[in-house]
Amino acid sequence: MTAEVNASLDFNTTTFPNKRQSADDLKAVGNEIRRDIIRMLVRAGSGHSGGPLGSADIFATLYFGGYMRYNPADMNDPSRDRFVLSAGHMAPVLYAALANAGCYPKDEQATLRQYNTRLQGHPGRDMHLPGIETSSGSLGQGFSIAVGMAMSDRLVDKSDKRVFSLTGDGELQEGSIWEAAMSAAHFHLDNFCWIIDNNDCQIDGRLPDVMNVYPIDAKCESFGFDTITVNGHDPADLMRGFDRFIENQKNKTGKPTAIIAKTYMGHGVSFMNDKFEWHGKPPTKDQAIAALEELAQMP
Amino acid sequence: MELLGSKPTRFGFGDGLVELGERHSNVVVLGGDITGSVMTSLFKEKFPDRFFSIGIAEQNATTIAVGLALSGKIPFFASYGAFCALRNADQLRISVCYNEANVKIGGGHAGISVGPDGATHQVLEEVAFLRTLPHMTMVVPADYEEAKKATIAMGEMVGPAYIRFGRSPVPMFTTPDTPFELGKANVVMDGSDVAIIANGAMVWESILAAKELAKKGITARVVNVHTVKPFDFATVTAAARECGCIVTAEEHQVHGGLGGAVAECTAKNAPVPIEFVGVKDSFGGSGDPEELMVKFGLTWKEIYASALVAMERRDKGSSGVRALKEVASYTA
Ligand SMILES: Cc1ncc(C[n+]2csc(CCOP(=O)(O)OP(=O)(O)O)c2C)c(N)n1
Repeated sequence: MTAEVNASLDFNTTTFPNKRQSADDLKAVGNEIRRDIIRMLVRAGSGHSGGPLGSADIFATLYFGGYMRYNPADMNDPSRDRFVLSAGHMAPVLYAALANAGCYPKDEQATLRQYNTRLQGHPGRDMHLPGIETSSGSLGQGFSIAVGMAMSDRLVDKSDKRVFSLTGDGELQEGSIWEAAMSAAHFHLDNFCWIIDNNDCQIDGRLPDVMNVYPIDAKCESFGFDTITVNGHDPADLMRGFDRFIENQKNKTGKPTAIIAKTYMGHGVSFMNDKFEWHGKPPTKDQAIAALEELAQMP
Repeated sequence: MELLGSKPTRFGFGDGLVELGERHSNVVVLGGDITGSVMTSLFKEKFPDRFFSIGIAEQNATTIAVGLALSGKIPFFASYGAFCALRNADQLRISVCYNEANVKIGGGHAGISVGPDGATHQVLEEVAFLRTLPHMTMVVPADYEEAKKATIAMGEMVGPAYIRFGRSPVPMFTTPDTPFELGKANVVMDGSDVAIIANGAMVWESILAAKELAKKGITARVVNVHTVKPFDFATVTAAARECGCIVTAEEHQVHGGLGGAVAECTAKNAPVPIEFVGVKDSFGGSGDPEELMVKFGLTWKEIYASALVAMERRDKGSSGVRALKEVASYTA
């Protein structure tokens, strides 16, 4: 299960199991996801580096920590838990997580953003990549879709299936986010887990300069979510957040859970770290080589 | 008609906005967290006190603009067309148009030429929607200069207006001296065998097609309908009467956009065969802009082929099959 840790620009074939494991092991998965993000983006020549790199540890913990229950060989299994990437521009991190889980061949990551690829610039359900539950890319919409899925599971099917959705923090400026949040609490969706990638960055700058959304925790709390703030780069702390969600579901608290993950945009690559300028551009070849070398050294 | 270089039409929007800001102190701009790519960042640098960042909230920005307009300001809000023509459709209909509010919208990243971002960002439907809104003025400029002129013109007219512009560079062929009037189509090349009616990036492709047709002794009239609403019925009707058949070309769904407007106009005034070049009822996808224009059939070749088909339909009253065969051997 140990990763082929190398700084190569080429994709390897290592995949990882989905089970509760040590925080250190999850850290290693997160870093392999980061390396794949770099490998994908440098080939594509366009796309988003910052958000995907910054949220890699969240995806490692969610997909490889035993919280999402799925069968990589059959991502249409009706009993699976579902994940909705509402911040569709962060697609590379989801594609890398799914590849490292074995949902599709890892070298297909090389096709990101090319004509007819299953790895569209923003997730496209029309392309049938295993693990893509919905198209997304118009900010705010995925989150409402996820609430609808959780309603179907919890209120209609009366199942214990889980629905997870990740939004950006700039994305919280869309009013429809709060309409959906209200609904999740109103319908007592304790099977629903909202993850907010709180990197304080968006395209035009820092959140408080573009349009202040703080305090996020008090907003989520007042909208009826059991809200927990964690270090989004520490799998142990992320596990504390997801454990809380599992507890809420098990105890039928009737409350959805919000995990505010404090992250840095571009985390893991020092020249991108915490820089909003890296929201929407790919590394050059030289930058990709430097980034991969740095990521191969990461603990 | 000569090629004068290439630039994205969004640059014309950005430069036009700065000029408007200089001329009129009540022009204000609202940002939607993509000010760099839709070029409102130029205005923001020059007039920081008249720029307001609204964040990622297109519905709110549109209606805030109405409030500003009803208070005597001339607000521009720009984002990607997917989000500032359709996400906020209800706001545009009721608050902007029903109020006849003096709100101006700049819709960027229009069409398939957005490229690798894929279908979600490639808006191909907004012309159809916007041209049904009472009081709306809707412009689809063909190149940089035209985008700049259109931006200034829509800022200086009173009432709701929308300009559609693209992300990728497109050929430039108009100059600062080329006449431009909102609602008045420009005949770019004269001819009487077939009319090619286009806007946006497809005008240059139409010129290329016309030059190719000329080699066969066919004269095509290329009409640039930069303003889809209000529609220039007179120029289009004349083209239909004098040429007897039409090809429409647009970087938009074939349904409801420029082609739809031309069909509505000619069905009433001068029914003639029409061939429609555009995206054929499908979503876009990732890829290089130029590659996508080819894959989705948005080049001079489709216009050329459609011209031959339209002419055969007119002359023989047939379906144009013979022309299609001839074209297949020509373009292969
Ligand atoms: C409705 C909508 N408006 C605008 C955009 C353009 N856009 C894409 S990502 C983005 C910024 C998102 O910020 P955030 O959620 O903080 O993500 P991060 O920058 O951290 O990746 C914007 C404005 C969009 N995709 N959808």
